Amino acid sequence: MTDTAGPDKVASAEQIGLSAQEAQATPPRDSASWARKVDRLEVDQRDGVRGTNVAGRRLMGPVQGFGKMWQKTYRMKAGSQIQPDHAIAVWKEHFPEFWPKGNRFAGALTGINPGDVALLDLAIGGGVKLSTGVFVLYADHESFTLMTPQGHMFAGWITFSSEKEGDETIIQAQVLMRANDPLYEAGMVMGGHAKEDKFWAATLIALGERLGVPDPTVQTTSTCVDSKRQWRHARNIWHNSAVRSVFQPPRRGASAQSQANQ
Amino acid sequence: MGAPAITMDVRRLGDSVAVVDIKGEVTSACEPVLMSAYEAAGPASKLVLNFAGLEYMNSGGIGMLVTLLVRANRQRQQLAAYGLSDHYREIFELTRLDEAITIFDSEESALEGVAR
Repeated sequence: MTDTAGPDKVASAEQIGLSAQEAQATPPRDSASWARKVDRLEVDQRDGVRGTNVAGRRLMGPVQGFGKMWQKTYRMKAGSQIQPDHAIAVWKEHFPEFWPKGNRFAGALTGINPGDVALLDLAIGGGVKLSTGVFVLYADHESFTLMTPQGHMFAGWITFSSEKEGDETIIQAQVLMRANDPLYEAGMVMGGHAKEDKFWAATLIALGERLGVPDPTVQTTSTCVDSKRQWRHARNIWHNSAVRSVFQPPRRGASAQSQANQ
Repeated sequence: MGAPAITMDVRRLGDSVAVVDIKGEVTSACEPVLMSAYEAAGPASKLVLNFAGLEYMNSGGIGMLVTLLVRANRQRQQLAAYGLSDHYREIFELTRLDEAITIFDSEESALEGVAR
């Protein structure tokens, strides 16, 4: 038996006087934080991004990806004055503004809420913009998680969170991912991982600067959770958004909306 | 970070099956508890997770289940689950975790299912 719960030990429904029926009828407190189930993504066209490779696509978790599974953590110490819920509120409200230049994020006008779909144009080098998207899987006052669709560079999710460690507030982004197909896997090996690390470190530093963190620095940790490649998912390459983006027309709506980061 | 509000009791059913009764909150903070439970399950080739006592789960908790799945796959162990409410079953489907962890309605059906 393993039991680490001390003062926080969990009381069962029976112990706190709820009948099994009442316990079943009471929605769990995380129910508003999760997106409702979707089979395929639906999204409207938005100004400033091409908006291709998202509508009709299925979501992809790490289980469905092809490449090695990585957990990457980008952590920033934010001092004792900034409260975690404030950090997350700012991040959610201004998410696209912290992205490195050259990348666009066109989210819902209401910010980041469970079930929202955002459209992305990502600079992947050689003048190519990869058109893809993300789905808001989970969002509460201390964290939010984005999940990727078919064709994205990786299958998995990225969680943005903040918490206190002693007096210090820690802000972090954590990716759990596999490259979606063999082409992306090759790209990740040949500089993709470094590019991604740079992307999220730059994002966290921009957030730190907005929050007033003096001299924000980011610590990056990468762990290979599973070194096996899932060859049964090699056919994911059919949806590869980088390949498709090359053959798609440029974005509509040249005037970037305020959320888009040029 | 406080102590995770969770308990995981392991029941060994014969040599090949272990049931993990999960009660409380599944978040990334409970990874040590889950991994201890995994160790306690020993060499069982079939692990059945009982979520009937699940009270809360965030996205960190789902991530932790993925890492458990990787561990189990590495050891060629089969992973199944039961006791999920409609809400949590939907989350398993949304994250497509249900494609790797077979979900059953009851312990009885789970034990029958993993025995096949």
